[in-house]
Amino acid sequence: MNAGLDMATDLGRLLPEIILACASVVGLLLGSFLPRHRQWVVRVLAVVACVASLVWTVTGGTGMVFADTYAVDTATNTTRIVVCVSVPLVLAMARIGGHARETEFVVLLLLAALGAVVLAGANDLLLLAAAYLLASVPLYALTGFAKDGPGTEASLKFYLLGALLGTTMLFGVMLLAGAGRGSDYPTLHHMLPGAPAAAVAVGAVAVLGGLVFKAGAVPGHFWVPDVTEGTHPAVGATVTTIPKIGAVVAIHRFVTVLPLNWPLLIAVLAAATMTLGNLAAFFQRDVRRLLAYSTISQVGYLLMAVAAARASLALPSLLLYLAAYAVTNLGAFAVVCALPRARTLDDYAGLRGHRPWLAVSLAVCLLGLVGTPPTGVFAGKLTIFTATFDAGLGWLVVVAAVNTVASLFYYLRWLVPALRTRDEFPRPDRAASLTAYLAAPASVLVGLLAGPILALTGPAG
Amino acid sequence: MLSIVVFLPVAVAVALLVAKAGDAVVRWAWVGASAVELVLVVVLWLGYDGPGYGYEVNRRWIPTVSSGYHLGVDGLSLPLVAVTAVLFLACAIYALRRTGSGTGREAPSGPRQPDNDRIRSFAALFLFLETVCMGVFVSLDLVLFFVFFDLSIVGMYFVIAGWGHRNAARAALQFFLYTFLGSLALLLGFIGLYLAAAPHTFDMVQLTAQNPLQGKGTVATLVLVAIGVGLAIKTPTVPFHTWLPPAHTEAPAEGSAILAGVLLKLGTYGFVRIAMPMLPDAWRDWAGVVVAVGVVSVLYGALVALAQRDFKRMVAYTSVNHMGYVVLAVGAAGLLSTSDPLAHDLAVAGAVTQMVSHGLITGALFLLAGVLYERGGTYDLDAYGGIAAGAPRFAGLTAVAAFASLGLPGFSGFVAEFQILTGSLPGAPVATALAFLGILVTAALFLRAYQRLFLGEPAGGVGDLTVTETLSIAPLMALAVVLGLFPRFLLDLVEPAARVLGTLVRR
Repeated sequence: MNAGLDMATDLGRLLPEIILACASVVGLLLGSFLPRHRQWVVRVLAVVACVASLVWTVTGGTGMVFADTYAVDTATNTTRIVVCVSVPLVLAMARIGGHARETEFVVLLLLAALGAVVLAGANDLLLLAAAYLLASVPLYALTGFAKDGPGTEASLKFYLLGALLGTTMLFGVMLLAGAGRGSDYPTLHHMLPGAPAAAVAVGAVAVLGGLVFKAGAVPGHFWVPDVTEGTHPAVGATVTTIPKIGAVVAIHRFVTVLPLNWPLLIAVLAAATMTLGNLAAFFQRDVRRLLAYSTISQVGYLLMAVAAARASLALPSLLLYLAAYAVTNLGAFAVVCALPRARTLDDYAGLRGHRPWLAVSLAVCLLGLVGTPPTGVFAGKLTIFTATFDAGLGWLVVVAAVNTVASLFYYLRWLVPALRTRDEFPRPDRAASLTAYLAAPASVLVGLLAGPILALTGPAG
Repeated sequence: MLSIVVFLPVAVAVALLVAKAGDAVVRWAWVGASAVELVLVVVLWLGYDGPGYGYEVNRRWIPTVSSGYHLGVDGLSLPLVAVTAVLFLACAIYALRRTGSGTGREAPSGPRQPDNDRIRSFAALFLFLETVCMGVFVSLDLVLFFVFFDLSIVGMYFVIAGWGHRNAARAALQFFLYTFLGSLALLLGFIGLYLAAAPHTFDMVQLTAQNPLQGKGTVATLVLVAIGVGLAIKTPTVPFHTWLPPAHTEAPAEGSAILAGVLLKLGTYGFVRIAMPMLPDAWRDWAGVVVAVGVVSVLYGALVALAQRDFKRMVAYTSVNHMGYVVLAVGAAGLLSTSDPLAHDLAVAGAVTQMVSHGLITGALFLLAGVLYERGGTYDLDAYGGIAAGAPRFAGLTAVAAFASLGLPGFSGFVAEFQILTGSLPGAPVATALAFLGILVTAALFLRAYQRLFLGEPAGGVGDLTVTETLSIAPLMALAVVLGLFPRFLLDLVEPAARVLGTLVRR
């Protein structure tokens, strides 16, 4: 095979990423020429790009591209699909139409989505570092998009922590690349066992630090509640969904390469993340903070699958859980977007009486996040628990089960006021409500279709 | 066929919600759907020729973890399916008397909802619950079983939280958290079974045939503990019963009837369907503990019920007592399985009969308690007196229900308890003797409660039962009497299944 053909194949496999990148560039140019009332064209462009990217993902081939630096496999494909479904959902709930900087919002969102996808596919430390930045920088800007006090503060916190852990990550990349005499994962996998153990350990922990920040897991979780509370809920939905998907897949990829005793470290991280997220969510009165902590705890369950990576069910269950989590979390955020004035739990009183379907959607999404069957998260939890048991981490499953019961408590704290009656109730936003009506059944559907999904994400045969 | 039985109610519920059906339509559609459901179940019963699973459906669902959409009924589940259908129909008829805005029991704050909205969602929730309960009884796959099992908790949570009395929110929360904990313990046990099986599977029939944990002492014990705790919370047995009294006291009458009549059976049904046949070794080893828990439940339930001044709370504790007999029976069956197969079969048949009988009788008692509350606004025994003078039908039906509940011959409760105690006696003589005392205490407490409520000086007028109330409660009692006098048609169904279970536990 000659080099030109090889290049063409590689580019063909990368087409979904290329489409997203081109769409953001074209969108930015288009946006600067369009009058304000026609900026919706950019939004349409973004949705079309996502759909095109989806179609190509489903039909395109898989394999390593560009000398093994980027992997197009089941995990990357699942990330692409989930991200490309999430972006239109976020656009639908964002209520950005007519905003002076509509184009910027859309373009930043697309870039962040691209970053998340590359993060998931990166099979090389340098590419991983670049993806980290691509997945972070647009989100710093999005967080402060409203240019108001809380948003700016959130953005600054987000940026400082991101910069700190990003630098740490670069340091780790340097150490690992030096010790392993290469930066791509196959070389590292080959070389690291012979390298100085201390350097490898420090480097790996440093890289992991950056990824943990992106995933919003302990100990890099401090930004999550502040950002989610301070920014527009649609941006909150974005930062707690899209980069997490990429980051968790990246952690999985990274951990399976390294020759260290990782299961225990990751298992402890998982246990700490879910426990801390749940305990902190317990007495939150602000729904956004509550959801933020809930997303932290969800990452804990996701990390269980990473800790159990040697079980054959681990990766399929992780991908199933990611898909289910993304849809369900976006559904819950869509309800928050639909009622922008309702900040505290008590503001939801009367929801059932005045907007019964919105209440049903909220109940489905929140119970879905708990893992009530037959929602997607239940199927994900079931398989992740099974995989973790199979990997010999029974204690972690027990911790997760106890955490699940605990999490039910704070989700119910939100549902209880929603069941109460109240005289008047603010009109919800239509588009965001529709998003919720879409996401809630979708989250159940993922559970019912768990069989086919697992079959697709599972090892061939 | 089974799929229709399971999903018909929820389909009707969705139709009612989407079509925004009017008040009258909702009520009659609810009654109609429940009645059709009962007819279907009768057809199932008549067409079933056991032993073994009838009407099996087995479709692939999540092949990666070998979990399928596997349904089927046998002699253990069919009677419970029938009770479920009967009770839900009774509740539908009972709810005919609900005005659209409930029975004036909603939270005092806030305006009334649009009338038909309340009754519509109430009906939809009950139809949903009916689907879920049917689903648990006919599931032959652990994941499917768990899906329905968990959804029953969700459905009941919304019934209690949305239509309960004053402290409903708190009681509902406690109920949800507690039973959810149980269901997760159950899930852990299921995963344990799945991983022990080779090849891995969640299919109940295959798991039963494989007996995957044979000879794996500690693991088998841990799995049994997880499943046992999960089911014991649902049943509930002492010491896991504490969620039950508040949940019952705060729930609306129909909710209590379903909670006691059907949902509690999910726990005991799990013992005979999952714990015993799939973990026979561990079950035999730990049967002594089960017997002890059963006896303690019998005595504790009865004694605490005796101390209650609140009628509904008292009935709730008698549920602990009655479920205690079931647990005693399945425990004794484990002790006896190798030594005395006949007694084993008798005990298991008694346990199933008791589930059926308790469903009918306690369902009726809770509906009667609902009538009492509606008339007098309280469950306090002291607030009433001499009701019999003004309300003969009410007094008569309650008397029948109370006597049936305390196990008087001629009622289904007697048949069940007689079988249980006779069957358990050879295996656990001391425990059985102690359990006899429970009957004595129950008799005392029912007679005392009846005396306070219905006899003596009239304290304020209490209206008699209306036609719909009578129509909903009387058939339950009629069935209890029929079962008490002619138990053969039920036992012919249960006994072969009990024998099959015996051979499984003996392995």
